[in-house]
Amino acid sequence: MVNYQARLDRTFAALVDPTRRAILARLEREDAATVSELARPFTIKLPAVMKHLDVLDQAGLITRSKSGRTVTVRLRPAPMRQAADWLRRYERFWSTSLDRLAAYAEAKEAAKRTDEEEGRQ
Amino acid sequence: MSRLTLVRRIAARPSIVFDALTTPEGIAHWWGPDDGPVLVAETDVRVGGRFRVRFRMRDGSEHESSGEYLEVRPPERLVMSWRWLGGEEDPNESRVEIDLRPVPGGTELTLTHSALFSEETRRSHEEGWSGALDKLVRHFTKAITPDNHKGASA
Repeated sequence: MVNYQARLDRTFAALVDPTRRAILARLEREDAATVSELARPFTIKLPAVMKHLDVLDQAGLITRSKSGRTVTVRLRPAPMRQAADWLRRYERFWSTSLDRLAAYAEAKEAAKRTDEEEGRQ
Repeated sequence: MSRLTLVRRIAARPSIVFDALTTPEGIAHWWGPDDGPVLVAETDVRVGGRFRVRFRMRDGSEHESSGEYLEVRPPERLVMSWRWLGGEEDPNESRVEIDLRPVPGGTELTLTHSALFSEETRRSHEEGWSGALDKLVRHFTKAITPDNHKGASA
């Protein structure tokens, strides 16, 4: 349980930074990219990009594989999926619950209006 | 941030909606992800008071959540902590905020259920969070389940 908390914490901490989010969004679209391809759209220097990749790697969000002088980066979506699962579980619970809450409150409101109208007559 | 927000328009005045949210009788009518029965509903609706609700789903499984009322402002706002017994659904404590706003013909209910994280994550969240992450997580949610639930935003 502590591990679960620590993992989610690491995922969300890694995702706080806009550069890292942009990197993930790109990997989500393109499946794989080299480090220099990833660095190109940013104004920051390559070592700074490498640092961001380290954080994403430690959070388990990407994998890096080296072939010669080229490092290829890929998305590892499992931790993100865990965050998404959290969201989906509560969405399922509350979506149905709130629909039924609304139906119940609306029936109560209708009954109360009838009472009020009868009281006035 | 792992945070779910749902908004509902309800054709009932805020005081009726607030009662439905907080009385055991009301809770028995709506609490749970399917139409299985609520088995226990206990509420002590004051700041520091607690709630406990146990329900059975149609598949026969029973689930129980409990927590503490952190803000109680009838008929406009309710905040409570939330934890599942056994912790299978989510081992961590989370937080539920419900705001009721009077609108013509009834109430607009806004519910936010947020995960709570360590101090460190919370700090970095405050320093640089934006809605972009929510979109990203949501994107992944969509990728996993094609049947999107309507009415949700993050």
